[in-house]
Amino acid sequence: MPPGIVVAGDLGKSKMTAILKLVNISKRFGSLIANDAISLDLNAGEILALLGENGAGKTTLMNILFGHYTADEGHVEAFGKQLAPGQPDAALEAGIGMVHQHFSLADNLSVTDNIMLGTEPLWSWKQNTTAARLRINQLSKDFGLTVDPNALIGTLSVGERQRVEILKALYRDARILILDEPTAVLTPQESDDLFETLRSLVNKGMSIIFISHKLNEILSVSDRVMVIRRGKVVAEQPIKGADRASLAEAMVGRTVHDPKGEVLTSGETVFALDDVSVASDGNLAPLSNLTLAIKQHEIIGLAGVSGNGQQTVAALMSGIIRPSAGSLRLFGKDQSTFNPAIMIENGIGRIPEDRNSVGVIGEMTVRENLISEKLRRPPFSKAGFLNAKAIDEHAATQIKAFDVRCQGTQEETRLLSGGNVQKLILARVLDANPAVLLANQPSRGLDVGAVAYVHEKILEARTRGAGVLLISEDLEELMALSDRIVVIYHGRLSQPLNPKSVTARDIGLMMSGQSVAA
Amino acid sequence: MIRLEPRENAPVWLTLSAPLSAIIAAFIICSTLILWAGESPLQAYALLFKGAAGSRFALTETLTRATPLILTGLAAAIAFKAKLWNIGGEGQFYAGALMATWVGTGAITLPTYVMIPFLIVMGALAGGLLLLIPTVLKNRLKVDEVVTTLLLNFIMLLFVNYLLEGPMKDPMSMGWPQAASIIDEGVLPSIMAKSRVHLGLVVALVAAVLAWVIMRFTVWGYEIRAVGYNAAAAAFAGLNVNRTILLTALLSGGLAGIAGVSEVAGTKGYLTLDLSPGFGYAGIAVAMLAALHPLAVILSALFLSGIFVGADSMSRALNVPTYISDVIVATSVLAVLVSLMLTRYRLRWG
Repeated sequence: MPPGIVVAGDLGKSKMTAILKLVNISKRFGSLIANDAISLDLNAGEILALLGENGAGKTTLMNILFGHYTADEGHVEAFGKQLAPGQPDAALEAGIGMVHQHFSLADNLSVTDNIMLGTEPLWSWKQNTTAARLRINQLSKDFGLTVDPNALIGTLSVGERQRVEILKALYRDARILILDEPTAVLTPQESDDLFETLRSLVNKGMSIIFISHKLNEILSVSDRVMVIRRGKVVAEQPIKGADRASLAEAMVGRTVHDPKGEVLTSGETVFALDDVSVASDGNLAPLSNLTLAIKQHEIIGLAGVSGNGQQTVAALMSGIIRPSAGSLRLFGKDQSTFNPAIMIENGIGRIPEDRNSVGVIGEMTVRENLISEKLRRPPFSKAGFLNAKAIDEHAATQIKAFDVRCQGTQEETRLLSGGNVQKLILARVLDANPAVLLANQPSRGLDVGAVAYVHEKILEARTRGAGVLLISEDLEELMALSDRIVVIYHGRLSQPLNPKSVTARDIGLMMSGQSVAA
Repeated sequence: MIRLEPRENAPVWLTLSAPLSAIIAAFIICSTLILWAGESPLQAYALLFKGAAGSRFALTETLTRATPLILTGLAAAIAFKAKLWNIGGEGQFYAGALMATWVGTGAITLPTYVMIPFLIVMGALAGGLLLLIPTVLKNRLKVDEVVTTLLLNFIMLLFVNYLLEGPMKDPMSMGWPQAASIIDEGVLPSIMAKSRVHLGLVVALVAAVLAWVIMRFTVWGYEIRAVGYNAAAAAFAGLNVNRTILLTALLSGGLAGIAGVSEVAGTKGYLTLDLSPGFGYAGIAVAMLAALHPLAVILSALFLSGIFVGADSMSRALNVPTYISDVIVATSVLAVLVSLMLTRYRLRWG
């Protein structure tokens, strides 16, 4: 038995001792205090949830633990021994493993090869693949992490890849496992499987730090929760007795309301896809025979595991691609030309998925980005010359109306935080009073406050009469905002569902291609 | 471990002093080569400065040499701003010079005040159209324009070579491969007595100001910058990326073409194969040194021209080859690039 695996019998005596201690960690970047005297104890055999908004300092703390940053003050102890600061190897050697949000696996190698990668001595003639495979088999049996060691990573599902990442940590004798937003890429079923795996890992003596900003998950999986806000620990409590509202408040620092749309009757169809197919072009997944109608005063939620064609639908609506068959109708009229300018002119507001590299031009100023979609229209330009005064006034009004926090309209957009970039895009898109609104992952990666703001604005557009297509991988968001939900799987759409009469579980099943008896 | 952190806002003093300190650093680095050649760097630089700006003659020579550099520098600056990697300034320079020779050696005779603008417009068209070929290939077929524009330089040079040995050879040239002279109406007049400084300098300065106005105050400039910074975002916002790149190509190639007109009708008077000692390529260095800013191109062209002119006279007095000028220019460009990065990012240790 390798030294890293603690058998279940050890559990009792090691239960309440801290095996990992972060003591008074402080880290400053310029004037920003990313971590302010944070202390954290992880006990053996527990799941500690680290809750915090984007930018609260969770990632900085983990980077210090892993030696990617050196702390300005404080130190890290694992199993009673102090870790050398600034050395990534130290954490690995001490038995700490990390599963990142974005996997670091090579698609064209097998599971075994991926797990062995980096563990073999550099100066060795041959690989000991057989022994490794046996060990992986043993580990996956012990911890219930079923995965075929000979499969190529490229052929595995996202959930399976995550299991490989966990196996990789176990293979290196990790006794402490850190998972950074592990459910961001999973379907609800896969998330449930993951939680089961995590429970069985702690039952076998592992200790886990679970980083997330999703309250429901934290409540269902962890033993203890620690809330970080602006680099400080603001709350720490056992999960028993913790409730959603108070955790949310601790995380954001004020009360957060769940979005609620008023009851509205939907009007005429503003945007329709009629039997639309798109051939695959390598970057975008194909679509086959899609039919979808978006009416005034309604939000259609498009659910699906990423890569099933929702980005193709978004590209169609944005005017980036054209259908290979079928027709796209705006206000009942067939659209024959497809380019972004035409779509903007026809009143489609588009919030792109990738806000930083498609939504705005980072090197250009806030005021310039605010007019990028209406550059050639009066009053912003006349006879080919930009009207600086009109652009400045517009920018000043917009950043005030949409609460874009920046050092001024002349600031380069790349320096803005994610939430403020999204507010800038909202300002640009909603200023045109679009009849159709495409909201593609509008709240991904934003903090709770910004998410609430985005939701409020989308609901406002609906009230005003816009037909909205909301694409999201967050089922909670879809269920809360949508009037109807459609699920996309392998480029095909499901029948519209009423979010009030289906459960997240049903939608999850449909996202993985299984039909649900309605 | 050294990391780069973006600066929120670079202070003004830093933005201004960074390129200057970069150039001083370049001179210090290059002094090791002068020491190696067995001469005193201080003396060498003093002679270099004297040769570039120490007398009326030196100054006017520097201005004459700077004229085409301003234009090819602008050509590179505008194209690079749109991330259109035009390495073909040399070819476009010769296209402009060739066009001026073709229409300006007697084929068409107009009064001076019409003839000169006509030559400039025709030269600009020739240069612009030449750059349009690789640009259309880039837009349509995604052919790498670095390769095509670079190779077009050699095609143009060989084509000019052919014309000068054959159809365009001046019968009065005593066998030299050179074309007939530009007619008097088309010659750019001298603007300073007893010097080679000609109207081309005014044209170049006006072009720099116009380029600045276009980039800063017009819809075109916005589009060129937007496409250069982030073509995907520009396309998403409804800008016509392909049209913007074509427009950039016409402007950039046109400016390099005007440089050719200015040299053939201003400095030399007739087309030869050595009309340009690499003005097209040097334009790239000028543009980089100016951080692609049209007005800074003027200063940067004067600097390069001063180094070239000064190094010639220095090497006559000292045992340092003129190649030192190329080394100084190259080191300055590198140093300025590093200094620009440091104005946008700060270094952090650990």
